[in-house]
Amino acid sequence: MTALDVAAFAANWQAALPAIAVVLTAFAVMIVDLLLRDGGRGVLAGVGILGLGAAVAVAVSAWAGDGDPSAFQDMLRADRYGLFFTIVICVSAALTLLMSVEFVREWMLPAGDFYTLVLLSTAGMIFLALANDLIVVFVALETMSVGVYVLSGLLRGDLRSNEASMKYFLLGAFASGFLLYGVAFFYGATGSTQLDVIAEAIARRPLEPFVLLGMAFVLVGFGFKVALIPFQAWTPDVYEGAPTVVTAFMAVAVKAAAFAAFARVFLVGLPELATHWTGLLSVLAALTMTVGNVVAVSQRSVKRMLAYSSIAHAGYALLGLVADSPPGGAALLYYLMVYVFMNVGAFGVLIALGRRGEPNDRLDDLAGVGFRHPLLAFCMTVFLLSLAGVPPMAGFIGKFYLFSAVIDAGHTGLALIAVVNSAISVYYYLGPIVQMYLGEGAGVAAALPARPWLLACIAMALVGTLFLGIFPAGPMQLAAASFGSLR
Amino acid sequence: MVNVVATDALRWIVLFPALGFLWNLFLGRRLPGSAKLVGPGVLLAAFVAAVFAVLELHALPEHSALQDVMFPWVHVGTLKVDAAFWLDPLSAVMVLVVTGVGFLIHLYSLGYMAHDPDVPRYFTYLNLFVTAMLILVLADNLLLLFVGWEGVGLCSYLLVGFWWTKDENCTAGKKAMLANRVGDACFLVGLFLLIQFAGTLDWTGLAQQQVDGLRTATLGGWSVPLLVCLLLLIGATGKSAQIPLYVWLPDAMAGPTPVSALIHAATMVTAGVYLTSRLHGLYALAPGALEAVAVVGAVTALFAATIAVAQTDIKKVLAYSTISQLGYMFLGVGVGLPGAAIFHLVTHAFFKGLLFLCAGSVMHAMGGEQDMRRMGGLWRKIPITFATMAVGTLAIAGVPPLSGFWSKDEIIWGAFAGPRAHPLLGVVGYVAAGLTAFYMGRLMCLTFFGSSRVDHHTEEHLHESPPVMTIPLIVLAVLAAVGGWLPVPAVVEQVTGAVHLEHAPLAALAVAVTLAVGGLVLAWGLYVTNPALPDRIAAALGGFYRLVRDKYRIDELYDRIIYRPVLAMADAAAWVVDRTLIDGIVNGVGTFVVSTSGAWRRVQTGNVQHYALSFLAGALALATYYLVG
Repeated sequence: MTALDVAAFAANWQAALPAIAVVLTAFAVMIVDLLLRDGGRGVLAGVGILGLGAAVAVAVSAWAGDGDPSAFQDMLRADRYGLFFTIVICVSAALTLLMSVEFVREWMLPAGDFYTLVLLSTAGMIFLALANDLIVVFVALETMSVGVYVLSGLLRGDLRSNEASMKYFLLGAFASGFLLYGVAFFYGATGSTQLDVIAEAIARRPLEPFVLLGMAFVLVGFGFKVALIPFQAWTPDVYEGAPTVVTAFMAVAVKAAAFAAFARVFLVGLPELATHWTGLLSVLAALTMTVGNVVAVSQRSVKRMLAYSSIAHAGYALLGLVADSPPGGAALLYYLMVYVFMNVGAFGVLIALGRRGEPNDRLDDLAGVGFRHPLLAFCMTVFLLSLAGVPPMAGFIGKFYLFSAVIDAGHTGLALIAVVNSAISVYYYLGPIVQMYLGEGAGVAAALPARPWLLACIAMALVGTLFLGIFPAGPMQLAAASFGSLR
Repeated sequence: MVNVVATDALRWIVLFPALGFLWNLFLGRRLPGSAKLVGPGVLLAAFVAAVFAVLELHALPEHSALQDVMFPWVHVGTLKVDAAFWLDPLSAVMVLVVTGVGFLIHLYSLGYMAHDPDVPRYFTYLNLFVTAMLILVLADNLLLLFVGWEGVGLCSYLLVGFWWTKDENCTAGKKAMLANRVGDACFLVGLFLLIQFAGTLDWTGLAQQQVDGLRTATLGGWSVPLLVCLLLLIGATGKSAQIPLYVWLPDAMAGPTPVSALIHAATMVTAGVYLTSRLHGLYALAPGALEAVAVVGAVTALFAATIAVAQTDIKKVLAYSTISQLGYMFLGVGVGLPGAAIFHLVTHAFFKGLLFLCAGSVMHAMGGEQDMRRMGGLWRKIPITFATMAVGTLAIAGVPPLSGFWSKDEIIWGAFAGPRAHPLLGVVGYVAAGLTAFYMGRLMCLTFFGSSRVDHHTEEHLHESPPVMTIPLIVLAVLAAVGGWLPVPAVVEQVTGAVHLEHAPLAALAVAVTLAVGGLVLAWGLYVTNPALPDRIAAALGGFYRLVRDKYRIDELYDRIIYRPVLAMADAAAWVVDRTLIDGIVNGVGTFVVSTSGAWRRVQTGNVQHYALSFLAGALALATYYLVG
């Protein structure tokens, strides 16, 4: 073995190091779980958070360094784009773990299984963010998804949770079929599954219908994962049925990872076809945010409302891809980062207000909470206003960048639809706030169990939401630099 | 050129009352005793800080100014406005008046408001007012000045309606707010024009512009400097209660009397005079603008003095008197003598502040009575109040050697002999001066002399005010007596430019003294010697008397030509535009969204086969789109 090979070998593992760290952490959690007697399962979350922290540290140092991003014969690309998403995903996972400690104990979820599955699924997401090859995309997507399928059904005694898991799995399998079919079409048309090779092949040869068909099917696959209309039907049922912490995990981490791969496949693999996909994506974006927002209006369950809201936000985020420009890409990255904090926060408060057998996730349950739990109500207000896009919260800045990017790209009509949608969304985001401060009722008891981990999670989400809203310039530069590395 | 010296001493002057405001706002209710200490205490601290700053300024050579730049504020394009304070002789005079007289009035409030349960709220507003007023007079640019300008307006509104449980007090507060809105809107437009055409708002920059391009700029055929000056003048007539926007001030007497003394006599209402003096260079650029100022001032001085003659409410007399005296100040600025105008502003702060506090002391003794027809013969019962009020009356009437004589005489003589003199303005000044002496004499006679018309119950409780109230009276009386020797005009003219004015000839002084003494004597003759005579005169004058007594029915006129039409328009807008058009669209969209939303919920069956079907349909649609399209 020559010295050169050693260097290449090292580079390969270097690229995969964050994901490897997460996988090893998952193993460690499994082993510790075996060693532990009952009680003290908070240790598992601590181990998981440490492992994710290590992954973040590795990713940050790789982001700051300037090594060759390509690894494993260019099947992985540990470029700044991928590393940015790695960091966002790991932070989401860590927040999820923080949020789960008390939840897992109170709802008597199998702690070892829960933490292991979250971590393994996270590893799949990291690979998804780095994947530069459609086969890797598929494998990573499945790694991520299988974990989440199981997580959704983890409340084994709860019918709705079982139903959620089953539905998600069935439709997910359906969507994976389409994705794989699309990959096959690409391979047939271009002779490769590697994104840059596909791009070259498409540029070289006249356009073949197989390529377009492959694109349509890949789009179906991703559309399912990020919940675009008309592939969103599973979302409300699954989000509502799954344990709330899993819902939060799905809404932020799964969505970020799927968007990472989605954008990379279309921007790196199919830039030649941009004229073919921007039009369609803008229609899907408009449909998705409109349906998501309109249907959210009539929801009485806050959890279900947040499910529809997450559909609508997928529509907003898609604008960054429609813009097909560096500012659009940077805005997409920024928005997904912002979305993590405000959405985790909203779900966190929802969990904090409920307890086993008394979920308190209906709108009426929130009546009067503003006076019995002023701090939680304040946090909820900040998160909801951020989701609605009210300054000075982060959601406003995120939307501002997205909307101005699509306007600069010439899609003024689409921006207009997005603004109207934002206005509609204010209505249902204000619903819980109005209930909390103006409603009268005793849905949530004055005394709640002490949950320091959960409160820490909410506090971090609050800091993130406010920080990204008030000091957006620095993080936005990071997002722009990350997007700039995408090739 | 002004020699600008950087400092950080000025922010402290503003900081103390600001801290007092915060203390009283957040802790006043929890530590109820503390407001009485903190409220006046911060004013004393601000006064001391102001004295130190003025001494620092005094140590500098002539034509110097202290500048305290706190932080860059608005930097947009070429416009650069900093949050900065500016102390030159003109603002020094204002700061000393605001903090000094302000402190005395705060002190007096301790006694006057002693039985009010809401003292913390009172001092919260009062401290906030002083904060805003200091920002106004210390601002180094027009934008920061406007912050203070709006701040004092807000506090005026809050304090006029301080006893908010009575409907008329709230109405008076709203009236003050609305009349000032008209002026402030014009002020803002003037400000925008300056940004557009001068590109700068600070005093040094505006002084520069006097030489540069602004003079010749036009907008739609109008000279821009003239437009700006007239718009700012309308703003000033709002804040300083001049024709046509004076109507709010008499109603503003609904507030506590120390508030009338501080805000509606000594400080806030002089903001317009300060503004026009401060921008004297700008006004000099616009032919016609200063003339407009002079005419507004002279007409207001005379007009308000005639109304004061026929009022029976002691505070209303003083309110119209204030409007009239402010008219003198505008006249002074208008004839090119801002030094004299500021001089009168200072002496007026002394004697009118004093007169209001004395009126408050009378009301305090009388259990809140304000109607002079139910007073009389009080001088034995409340001797300190009587003596100090007599000093104030002699001062405002213009009897030498008290302060009012010197400052008023300088303005009236300036109207005859100043840089922009017009004899008619001087004559108006003399007539108003005679009326001033008469209505003040009338007030004194009705209140303190003649036979007592006090009812039996009140008579028993008559008492002199406590020392915390009488000491400020005595201090202000001394100031009102000797304030005429302050070298205010010379100090102010360091900023506004020196004006050479001949000394008034002896004949002019003789006329002034004759009018002052004559007015007082006439009042004595009518209201003490022959108390039946005034009613007969009033009867003989008939309709004219009633017209004056009813304040020329200007309120009724405004009600007809402005209030009702505007209200009708608002009603029309509310019913036609808002209810049908805007609400229609909003509700229509809402109803549509909610019904669509409900329909979609039925599509969401929960049946996984249906979901898969819709999924498949979507996939087929995409494929078809690409293959066919």
